[in-house]
Amino acid sequence: MKKYLVLMMAVLGVAFTSTAQEKKSKNAKVDVEVKGNCDMCKKRIEKAAFGVKGVKSAEWHADDQMLHLIIDENNTSSKKVQESVAKAGHDTKEVKATTDNYDNLHGCCKYERES
Amino acid sequence: MLLCAFGVHNIYAQDTYKGKVLDTYNSSIEKANITVNDSVVATTDKFGMFEVTLNEPSAVYIYAEGYEVLEVELTDKDRFYTFQIQPEASLNELVVNVNKKNTERNKGITNSQTMNSGELLKAACCNLAESFETNPSIDVNFSDAISGSKQIKMLGLTSPYILIAEENIPSVRGASQAYGLSFTPGTWVESIQVTKGAGSVVNGFESISGQINTELIKPGNDIPFFLNLYGSTDSRFELNAHFNEKISDKWSTSLFVHGNTRVKKNDMNHDGFLDNPLGSQVNVMNRWQYQNLEKGWIAFITARYMKDEKQTGEIDFDKDQHKLTTLKWGSELNTDKFDASTKVGYVFPDQPYKSFGWQNSFSYHKQNSYFGLNQFDITQRSIYSNFLYSSIISNTLHKFSTGASFMHDDYSEFIANYGNKNFDRTDTSYGAFFEYTYDNTDNLALILGGRIDNSNRLGTFVTPRMHVRYNPWEKTTLRASAGRGKRLANIFAENQYLFASNRQFNILNEGGKAYGMDPEIAWNYGLSVTQDFTFLGKNASLTLDFYRTDFQNQIVVDLDQSARSVNFYNLDGKSFANSFQAELSYNIIKHLNLRTAYKYYDIETTYSNKTLERPLQAKHRVFANLEYTTHENNGSYWKFDATWNWLGAQRLPYTGDNSIENQLASYTNPFSTINAQVTKVFSDNFEVYVGGENIGNYQQHRVILGADNPFGNEFDSTIIYGPIFGQMYYAGLRFKIK
Repeated sequence: MKKYLVLMMAVLGVAFTSTAQEKKSKNAKVDVEVKGNCDMCKKRIEKAAFGVKGVKSAEWHADDQMLHLIIDENNTSSKKVQESVAKAGHDTKEVKATTDNYDNLHGCCKYERES
Repeated sequence: MLLCAFGVHNIYAQDTYKGKVLDTYNSSIEKANITVNDSVVATTDKFGMFEVTLNEPSAVYIYAEGYEVLEVELTDKDRFYTFQIQPEASLNELVVNVNKKNTERNKGITNSQTMNSGELLKAACCNLAESFETNPSIDVNFSDAISGSKQIKMLGLTSPYILIAEENIPSVRGASQAYGLSFTPGTWVESIQVTKGAGSVVNGFESISGQINTELIKPGNDIPFFLNLYGSTDSRFELNAHFNEKISDKWSTSLFVHGNTRVKKNDMNHDGFLDNPLGSQVNVMNRWQYQNLEKGWIAFITARYMKDEKQTGEIDFDKDQHKLTTLKWGSELNTDKFDASTKVGYVFPDQPYKSFGWQNSFSYHKQNSYFGLNQFDITQRSIYSNFLYSSIISNTLHKFSTGASFMHDDYSEFIANYGNKNFDRTDTSYGAFFEYTYDNTDNLALILGGRIDNSNRLGTFVTPRMHVRYNPWEKTTLRASAGRGKRLANIFAENQYLFASNRQFNILNEGGKAYGMDPEIAWNYGLSVTQDFTFLGKNASLTLDFYRTDFQNQIVVDLDQSARSVNFYNLDGKSFANSFQAELSYNIIKHLNLRTAYKYYDIETTYSNKTLERPLQAKHRVFANLEYTTHENNGSYWKFDATWNWLGAQRLPYTGDNSIENQLASYTNPFSTINAQVTKVFSDNFEVYVGGENIGNYQQHRVILGADNPFGNEFDSTIIYGPIFGQMYYAGLRFKIK
């Protein structure tokens, strides 16, 4: 049992160090699901994404409901972008907008929320 | 709050249906109309999304220009509908930029239009110069009897003030300035971008009134075989054959062959002189394209050769007997041209906003010609190289392009009419440029550009350019631009049509670096507003433009001191060109489009202490183009196209010192011309067209002054303000293997 524990810790340790050493990409391509409807949504979503330092490119497409990002992982993360987008009123895969922020959206941007 | 992209919502208890419209490649289609009972109830936004409110579930039609109509039922308000519409068969393959409109006002920052091959097919014939006849931003002059080729103007200024490039390599310049546009056959062209006013700094410092860039058909997108035959009642015959081979998934090549000839002598106005030259042209181009999209590389290698021969003058002029004698007046204009160019582009695969491109070209142009006794020979060898790097500053809202360019021109020029003189010269310039683009992806975008160049004859100088686009409301676009241009005038090459007269050429300055004169420098400022709206349920767009070009120095071409001379000198006084254009395009009913424009030109120059209107320039012009396409049935349909041009009075150069029968009025009478064309598309593979130019048969009353004594003082065949030939009809066919 003890042996296994040591082994497990060793494996974990290797795993940890290897992630810690994995170089953070300056141009990481990240796609995030973001809810929205129209041209106005697109402008708002992209504006929120560009508001996050480290976002180099942000393009949202209504047809696949995806925000295509290129980010500098040294400065930001997908989560941070999602927080900013959610704050603007748009639900993302990991972060949901508050009811207040959603209610503030223009009529045509009131996408259907997953309950 | 801004209006939603779909328009105002209905407050009544109706149901709303949502969906999107895609093409067969799953790209969204903008401006597709959703109609119920013949009225448009919604239009898709730029992501192809629509939202329709209906009283009850019903059948709707979806239609976008260039696509088949789709009939669908909207019944489920909770569903998000996705519709795919099929392109109209004949348009899909060849036209690479999915053909929505033949001429599209670009959404970009500059005031630009893109004319695609659909637009080019509307013109009668056959080369670049003639392809602008259906575009209101460019005025096509009437061909003169000597070269038979047409000159273009933008903002009222002639082609030397326009930067004309082929695939972004400056092409019609220097020795080829006068006739260069007729050296590119129309069938080779994929699309043309026309930018009014100050253009980008990336392509050089020479542009003043605008930029025209031609994109040729890319081997990677080309069809295996294309054949075009053309013949007209002025006895011009043309042949175009394109061959394409996809060698591997990365390499492809195209071979383009063009030949044209005019074999019959035409003298419709019975003045003893040909109305258009006899001639022939052989033009061959071979292009190779390498493309590796995964790695991000693309490259082109292009080589072409052209030989063009023209003969004109008195009907019984025989070049073997009468050349350079006073027995008969005649003219020959023979041009040899060879070009080779390479283009390499790389896009960083993990950073699609980062790229570089490198272009190199070599061209050789040799023209041997005589006009009566006026011999004119010019040879130009040019090398051009341009390196461009584009990337972003922190994010894609802030982009930049920067790079360096090199240009070398080696001229040898001989002019008999100017003391049998040689004007051999070499121009070398190198420069660096930087262009910053800001786009907030919403309603504001701007380009700030500058370049610094050093040239052996122009010195070191800075060229600033600026463009702004602002959308105060959803359907309103404001644009502004300003910029500086500088160039050396090649006075003889640019004005060689004047050799077809007995005018004495005089240069009145000394000491300057261009034939004793100084470089031309001008500032151009422009303002434009575009308003999109719907009228009776159909889309319409109104654009108002105002441009001003202010010359700090210009080489004045003065025909007004005497009918016996043409004087060239540095501007002493003022020279400006104001142009105003109001353009309306309207989709009257399905498949029927109207484009109409009114143009006002106020172009004045100080000619020896007297400020006069620029000669041979109408102050008012009206343009209207109507196109209609019938509904497609099994790939077969008809296309109808008609263009009406009205030209107001034009000032004529001074002829008061001629004998009374060779004097002209000070102004011409207004007149109008109509061109029309009908195309029958039988299938994807075969179409036939017939058309007419100048159907109203307007003819310039008097083409040649002193025609009875062509070696006398008063001979002048250069004052052309209208059609010489009268009406002309043509027919042609296009055959494609896809």
